[in-house]
Amino acid sequence: MRFNDAVFGVIIVVFATAMMIFAETTFPGLPGQDYGPAFFPVGIGGGLFLCGVALIFQGIAKRKEAPLAQLGDWVVSPRHLINFVLVLGSLVFYVLASDFLGFIPTSLLILTVLMYRFGCRPLVAVGMAVAVTFVIHSAFYFALRVPLPWGLLQPVAW
Amino acid sequence: MEHWLQAYELVVNPYVLLVMVCSAAFGLFVGAVPGLTATMATALLVPVTFFMDPIPAIAAIATCTAMAIFAGDIPGALLRIPGTPASAAYVDEAYTLTRKGQAERALGTGLICSMLGGLFGSIVLATSAPALAEFALNFSTFEFFWLACLGLTCAVIISSESRVKGLVSLFLGLFISTIGMGVVTGFPRFTFGITDLMGGVSFIPAMIGMFAISEVLRFAVRTKPMPKVEQKPFGSLFAGIKGTLGRYKFNLLRGSIIGTVIGILPGAGGDIAAWVSYATSKRFSKEPEKFGTGHVEGLVDCSSANNAALGGTWIPAMVFGIPGDSITAIVIGVLYMKDMNPGPTVFIERPHMVNAVFLAFFLANLMMLPLGFLAIRLSRQILRIAHAALMPTILMFCIVGSFAINNTTFDVIIMLVLGVFAYIMEENGFPIAPVILGIVLGVMVEDNFITSMIKSEGSFLAFFERPIAGVLGVATFLVWTVPLATTLRRRMKASRSTT
Repeated sequence: MRFNDAVFGVIIVVFATAMMIFAETTFPGLPGQDYGPAFFPVGIGGGLFLCGVALIFQGIAKRKEAPLAQLGDWVVSPRHLINFVLVLGSLVFYVLASDFLGFIPTSLLILTVLMYRFGCRPLVAVGMAVAVTFVIHSAFYFALRVPLPWGLLQPVAW
Repeated sequence: MEHWLQAYELVVNPYVLLVMVCSAAFGLFVGAVPGLTATMATALLVPVTFFMDPIPAIAAIATCTAMAIFAGDIPGALLRIPGTPASAAYVDEAYTLTRKGQAERALGTGLICSMLGGLFGSIVLATSAPALAEFALNFSTFEFFWLACLGLTCAVIISSESRVKGLVSLFLGLFISTIGMGVVTGFPRFTFGITDLMGGVSFIPAMIGMFAISEVLRFAVRTKPMPKVEQKPFGSLFAGIKGTLGRYKFNLLRGSIIGTVIGILPGAGGDIAAWVSYATSKRFSKEPEKFGTGHVEGLVDCSSANNAALGGTWIPAMVFGIPGDSITAIVIGVLYMKDMNPGPTVFIERPHMVNAVFLAFFLANLMMLPLGFLAIRLSRQILRIAHAALMPTILMFCIVGSFAINNTTFDVIIMLVLGVFAYIMEENGFPIAPVILGIVLGVMVEDNFITSMIKSEGSFLAFFERPIAGVLGVATFLVWTVPLATTLRRRMKASRSTT
């Protein structure tokens, strides 16, 4: 998914302006110092602002060969669009559901769906999902002692 | 000598050796699978090394990256897809050799030259880093401020075709580094009341997002199918290698030197080293017309260069805490977590640890010969592994790896956000390396600047008063202004000639 440089330029200019105003108005100064917590963020914002302006000019200069937005092949292919949404969706799903469901059910679900979606046969997808979940869980929970959540499986935790 | 003996004990023991062999296998695998990079291998390995002592952790990363950079040659030669960006410069050459039925020659030469180049880089690292560290002991906050600026400048100039886009990446990285409680100022910035952000954006989840999640996303939307490997057994890998090395010994040395030097430059690593040495090789070759037709000469230059670059990138990382490329940026993050803060003092206070790192480098490169040989033999099996099962596995590994650092789901959110961010940026030609360097060096630039300003009571001139600081400061300004001035002059000349 490609955008004209000017699109990024505008976003960056807006972001930089907001950032500078926020830093300048809400960060306190150090007593007796000219250089407080706001100094660097404002400097970075200033730099970003200039870059944004430069990108706007570059984008306008190249407007003939670079349209405002150029969608990749995959955006018009529903199959790939669903893949993209599924990968992001599974991350969001993990964040929202892992505490309640527990690591093992969440991981099984995500892995099975994604593997099947990417082209594994259903049985292979389930088998691989079980194997991978088991290996990751053992490695991180038991060997590295990372407290992965048990969730629903708490009563049968091993 | 006594430090070397201590270092030997630290490295040559069953535990560290086992860790090295495992990370070597991991590195070879990740490097050999197209679409998975050496940086991604490092990012995925870090959550595991997080639970180790400093020496095994660093040895694991050094071994893994060395192997991954070599293994990138394998799919390059067999499929014409570089396994890691470091192999991109010479895939066509290697693949043409394969099509001529000489795959073993391409891979054998790549393996031997990678090892020799890697050993060269390690020697330069082990000899020059301590000397540089002794020199750097006199540095104060002023010098470190300028060094960090110079490092960031190089990162912008080298890593991207568009300087403005490189700068945007850098500023965004610097911005990310200001999030959280500032060290000098002690005021929470851009946290918006989120307690998880008080300590700043967690470094490892950020890395994993930018280097691994973005790659998984790219796979998910890939519309072209992966090409299949031909099933044909290899002949002897090292037949005629002696002749090749004898004939191109000068290329081997030149590639190693170019690789090491480019590695030292901040922001540039094995991939740029390979491009530069391929171009140099062609430029000075007696038979430039043979390049591109399956000629082994360029392979000697590049394979040694990209592995030599690895040792080079660690020099500024260990001596000044300035990363030579995105992999060493991750390494610096790890060193801080392991309480082995990079900088000249670590060479004085813990020389045995530093020597152990050098030793691990040598060992890793020596291990490359047998393990790389095995990897080439198994390459057809590795390349047949279905991405359909591999990518979801990597995704799950990323989730758990990000979670493991602070045991919080918030880090998974950071990984997700930065992964999408990196994906969009790369699609539109914004380089990622300056973002990482900005995150790592941002704190260093700000702390040294504020501390220096407090010391000098607000006088900016103090940044030029000490001789070395002055030279570094002027150099930084020149690096920025000279290219700008030449472009302006060229434009003015051009406009004058048209009117």
